[in-house]
Amino acid sequence: MPIISVVVELLDKPGQLLSTLEPISRGGGNILTIIHQRDKITPLKRVPVEISFSVEDERDAKRIVEKLKEKGVIVKSYNEIRLIATTSVMVIGHIVKTDLSDTISRIDSTGFAEVIDMELTMPEVNRPSTAMLTISATGQEKLEEALDILREVCKSKNLLLVEPINEV
Amino acid sequence: MISIAIFGFGAVGQGVAEVLLRKRKQLESLIGKYKVVAVTDSKGSVVDENGVELSKAIEKKKKGGFDGEKTLGVIESLDFDVAIEVTPTDVNSGEPGLTHILKSIEKGADVITSNKGPLVVAFKKIKKLAEKKGVKLGYEATVGGVMPIIKLAKADLAGNDIKVIKGVLNGTCNYILTRMEKEKMTYSQVLSEAQELKIAEADPSYDVEGIDSAAKLVILANAVMDMDAIFDDVEVVGITRITPEAFEVAANKNYTIRLIAEANKEKGFLKVSPRLLPRNHPLAIEGTMNAALIKTDLAGDIVVMGKGAGKYETASAIISDLVEFYRKR
Repeated sequence: MPIISVVVELLDKPGQLLSTLEPISRGGGNILTIIHQRDKITPLKRVPVEISFSVEDERDAKRIVEKLKEKGVIVKSYNEIRLIATTSVMVIGHIVKTDLSDTISRIDSTGFAEVIDMELTMPEVNRPSTAMLTISATGQEKLEEALDILREVCKSKNLLLVEPINEV
Repeated sequence: MISIAIFGFGAVGQGVAEVLLRKRKQLESLIGKYKVVAVTDSKGSVVDENGVELSKAIEKKKKGGFDGEKTLGVIESLDFDVAIEVTPTDVNSGEPGLTHILKSIEKGADVITSNKGPLVVAFKKIKKLAEKKGVKLGYEATVGGVMPIIKLAKADLAGNDIKVIKGVLNGTCNYILTRMEKEKMTYSQVLSEAQELKIAEADPSYDVEGIDSAAKLVILANAVMDMDAIFDDVEVVGITRITPEAFEVAANKNYTIRLIAEANKEKGFLKVSPRLLPRNHPLAIEGTMNAALIKTDLAGDIVVMGKGAGKYETASAIISDLVEFYRKR
């Protein structure tokens, strides 16, 4: 289920937001977050508002954006952001020997999280390698779920997992 | 006149004795007259109801230690107002400190300790007995050396709920990680350097396996977070598997690695493990320093840091408890 982010510019007066949200829900969008970017008010005193919502199908999203434009809403940007929560973790040990591609696919196969970046250092044969993985997920909770999976995988493969200090 | 008994006369015990000698004038202006009526080690004691000559006791210890009555006999036969319990730590049994502390409290003496073992093993029991007997219990020196965290949490942050504490609580580990990062040396290279500098013990496992950090975390969780924790509740991972490359790889993402002890009341876990920290994170400190980040409901986030260990640093924390107990109002 794709997650869509649109940034619209609204006049800072009552009713503006509602008239933007209505076509989104009518078009089948499930609103996830609304962020007023008050620090980025335009010279014409419009407030950029970032709205993210999930839709069944990418085509629904396009229809929603068309509808917004028809109603005169200024749509500044429109992106599919399937992955909205990201964290980096380090894995140390015999990463390659214990089937690195399996470790990664355990995350990727969830459907809600994937390893989007990896840096691997292999000093010499038989010495432990070090890898930094960047994992993204469709939301904070899903990211936490993906980390749980990784914790289990590392435990069973006797790899050291170094997690970030700020819990995700 | 305050009668002090010092149980344990290693580096910390001697440090306390030296400070009591050297800063007598300053300390007596704060708490009034005092005398040390006994100092003991594992072999014996020096006892004098009129006040032990501390410089002579230190001399005698250097020449091979004490003889005469053992600590337990001293506790039973001698009157004292406050016991300073600074014997070596055993986090499994808590002994011999645990018995020294309980017997002293039974007698009605206040107790100040730097010994983690007894508090890890029997925090509730000691605290209850102290309450029953109406005596004071000071243990600032057990956690973070000179870094003021127990009294900070109990006094200055009184009325707050402490939700999370994250800290670098072991100077040896922090020294090793810092050196590995700066000099690109392996864990075992830095460890032998640290042993030569006496920053690490001959048997370093207590520090590098995270046991010392976990013991301190248990004390913090019980003392200032009301978590009713025991040692086995802590998930412990040490630093022995950290590779030198780990720091390079981490640095590419602007991270460093430190051994972090975390007590999280909100999520209900206790954990000691190497963690990735943004390089500008307040806990990304260097060398043998200790630091702690305290998350509270009212005061927000507070960070404290200070020297984690050392003869006079630990003595400082003990003296601060002593002054708090007997400060003239």
